[in-house]
Amino acid sequence: MKKKKPISENAAFAGFLASVGAIVLGLIFGYIMLIVFNPAFANVGIIKILSTGFSTKEKLAKVLYQAAPLMMTGLSVGFAMKTGLFNIGGSGQYLVGAFFALICGVVLKLPWYICLFASMLGGCFWGVFPGLFKSLFNVNEVITAIMFNWIGLFLVNLTLTNIPSALANFYGAATADRTANITAANPTALIPKVWLDKLFNSPYMNISFFIAAIIAVVIYIIIDKTVFGYELKACGFNQKASLYAGINAKRNVVFSMMIAGALSGIGGGIYYLCGTAQYSIIKVLPAMGFNGIPVALLASSNPLGIILSSLFISYIQVGGEALQPEYAKEIIDIIIACIIYLSALSVLMNEFITKMLKAKKEKKDNAALRQSAGASLEAVNAPKEEEK
Amino acid sequence: MEDYIIEMLHITKEFPGLKANDDITLQLRRGEIHALLGENGAGKSTLMNVLFGLYTPEGGEIKKNGKTVAIKDPNTATELGIGMVHQHFQLVHNFTVLQNIILGAETVRGGFLRLEESRKKVMELSERYGLKIDTDALIEDITVGMQQRVEILKMLYRDNEVLIFDEPTAMLTPQEIDELMQIMKNLSAEGKSILFISHKLNEIKAVADRCTVLRKGKCVGTVETASASKEDLSEMMVGRRVDFAVAKEEAKPGQTVLEVKQLNVTGKSHLKKAVKNISFDVKCGEIVCIAGIDGNGQSELVYALTGLMNTESGSVLFNGEDITKESVRKRNMKGLAHIPEDRHEYGLILDYSLAQNLVLKKYFFDDFQKNGFIDFNAVDEYADKLIEKYDIRSSSGASSSTRSMSGGNQQKAIVARELDYDPKLLIAVQPTRGMDVGAIEYIHKQIIAQRDAGKAILLISLELDEVMNLSDRILVIYEGEIVGQLEPKSTTVQELGLYMAGAKRSDVLTEGRE
Repeated sequence: MKKKKPISENAAFAGFLASVGAIVLGLIFGYIMLIVFNPAFANVGIIKILSTGFSTKEKLAKVLYQAAPLMMTGLSVGFAMKTGLFNIGGSGQYLVGAFFALICGVVLKLPWYICLFASMLGGCFWGVFPGLFKSLFNVNEVITAIMFNWIGLFLVNLTLTNIPSALANFYGAATADRTANITAANPTALIPKVWLDKLFNSPYMNISFFIAAIIAVVIYIIIDKTVFGYELKACGFNQKASLYAGINAKRNVVFSMMIAGALSGIGGGIYYLCGTAQYSIIKVLPAMGFNGIPVALLASSNPLGIILSSLFISYIQVGGEALQPEYAKEIIDIIIACIIYLSALSVLMNEFITKMLKAKKEKKDNAALRQSAGASLEAVNAPKEEEK
Repeated sequence: MEDYIIEMLHITKEFPGLKANDDITLQLRRGEIHALLGENGAGKSTLMNVLFGLYTPEGGEIKKNGKTVAIKDPNTATELGIGMVHQHFQLVHNFTVLQNIILGAETVRGGFLRLEESRKKVMELSERYGLKIDTDALIEDITVGMQQRVEILKMLYRDNEVLIFDEPTAMLTPQEIDELMQIMKNLSAEGKSILFISHKLNEIKAVADRCTVLRKGKCVGTVETASASKEDLSEMMVGRRVDFAVAKEEAKPGQTVLEVKQLNVTGKSHLKKAVKNISFDVKCGEIVCIAGIDGNGQSELVYALTGLMNTESGSVLFNGEDITKESVRKRNMKGLAHIPEDRHEYGLILDYSLAQNLVLKKYFFDDFQKNGFIDFNAVDEYADKLIEKYDIRSSSGASSSTRSMSGGNQQKAIVARELDYDPKLLIAVQPTRGMDVGAIEYIHKQIIAQRDAGKAILLISLELDEVMNLSDRILVIYEGEIVGQLEPKSTTVQELGLYMAGAKRSDVLTEGRE
């Protein structure tokens, strides 16, 4: 009764092919743009985009450790999307998560795992508000989330400026416009490198990518295998029907925004606990929160797909940085945007690919049929010839 | 030789994995009303879409006035004088009636609309065929019946000779249906040829001259409706005899299961009360039917009973327990089952598989989960059991996507889920909506079986036949009030109709029963 479907009929597989198609077309478009902007370097440029990530161990390490926070914000957007919500508040949650992690690490001198846990709580806390507004007052989560991005940003900036022991000048640096270097303030708050830094020959490589990947698997299990995931997805697909089934949809909206927030929060924690970055107090929302949206879209919100799509986005970002000075590195953002546009057409692309796969299968079947028919025809013809 | 205006000869239309039309021949005489009868999924709509140019058939030919024509798209169909009233009207809601009628066929001079000329033509048509309309009313303000007249006028305005009606009565009240029947007769008397798609035998008997019956994509035959009985037609359609009058024994009402006391519910618009001071009860072992024309507060009453909507005042008692403020889940757990009015809106999660939908109210039971993880094997086993027991047909069993299933089978899935819940009270809202006779018969039998097993059943229906056949007691609802209690045995359809239209009421019930 339970037969495994052939891979060509698997929806996830078709989705994967559609994303790959979008990527290929997007890169072709990117190549055209390189030609337009600076024809002399176009060939070198596209090769750089495609190969830099694998060129040295160090670059590969960069792809991996950049992918980790991206994966977290991607998971955040993807998880919310699966439950019918659009979490555009990733930036705010990411910031508040980073803030909690930095306070625990720099000020309270706690070890990294507690800092990471704190970042989760921070993001979770910032996800509650859009969730509550949605469930209590039916205010669209997009509006509240955007407002809470800015509230988060200024609240974090304001608080940090007023905690001297969190800032860089407390540890002997010249400026006070950023948080302290964690290596100087509290090395135990750095995410462990195990032996990865030596293996990849990069001082920044740590286990964050693996932490994020494990979380992705956990999210996949929650969504697809648990009662809780069944309820959340039900609310996402059809809220009225889930009310009818007795599911507490209002509570689930809050839970789902909390989890989405927690994931973004961990992203912030991972990014600032790796030692490369210090949080600078400026009035700009971190791009990482928004970059989660393309990551989730490219993977059709599938948590396992998000592992791959975050790696890919990180990979071409590293390639894009190598384009300088011949090109502005923003060109890579245009290429990413282009890929996302194309993958938004994934429904069309999906249909096209399913049709192609089917046509191929039919052709094969027909060929097989013809062969067998041919054989039987020969069998029929053979005795006739004998008769002659 | 017969004078055929349209001939569809040996039409074959295939979809992947399905022959929707297999060598179907349909000949429409000039000026006749020709019914096309068949169960859901028999290929009626496909055939009409072929005629209207929406599908290209793999085989067969279409002749207009004896000449072969190729209908590539709806525009060609319109040029040939073929018009169609779709089941779901194609009207612009914030346009006036007149604007809708002329849309796409405007009289224009020098880039300006000549509305008055159009209005004159529309009014002429309206008078000639007895189609009463208000040309300046907005579509969103007029009744479904009038919207349909607008659709008909759209076809007449374009001088169509062949009119296709796709299940035109599905959305209408009994009175509006009678009106439509009269309009169709007028049209045919004026020389229009009509193709009338339906699976309601009464209507076909009432207006159609001839009837072509389809079954599973094949043409069963064409008969003169005057010489064929309802039973003959249904046998042609389903392939076996169908019992119209559901056999049922006398009800043996037991103790009261549901008691509603002076219930008031505010409507969705918050402007007026949708349910006004309603009191009634349902005992186990009986089927109480709430009859009424659509939109008289039935939906709100049901939502209040099932917990999907808040009540304003009054109380709902379930087995003597006050559940007025209980959550939906608690009501379900106490034994309240609900077949909702709209299977897509409330009844099913279309993106879930059939199995996932079948456990929609049970997924959290210990049978289906261990420590918060869903036991998919148990879910599939349970689904396979229900699929077999209730004969739910789908492309790939428990794992098939619910969205891809036919409406009838989706409804069966809901019925299976709700009945297998072993409820004490079943609230069934239009449980046979849009279903064909075979499936209706099946669901009616299931409901009666539930009653005989001692369940209390509250049936909300718009179909008079269903009300008369199934119920043990009829309550008529009109503008949110119960205006009468009738016994199906001692009342007639006509009397019921008067109550439903608000023309008659028995005061005994409206003065509180407290």
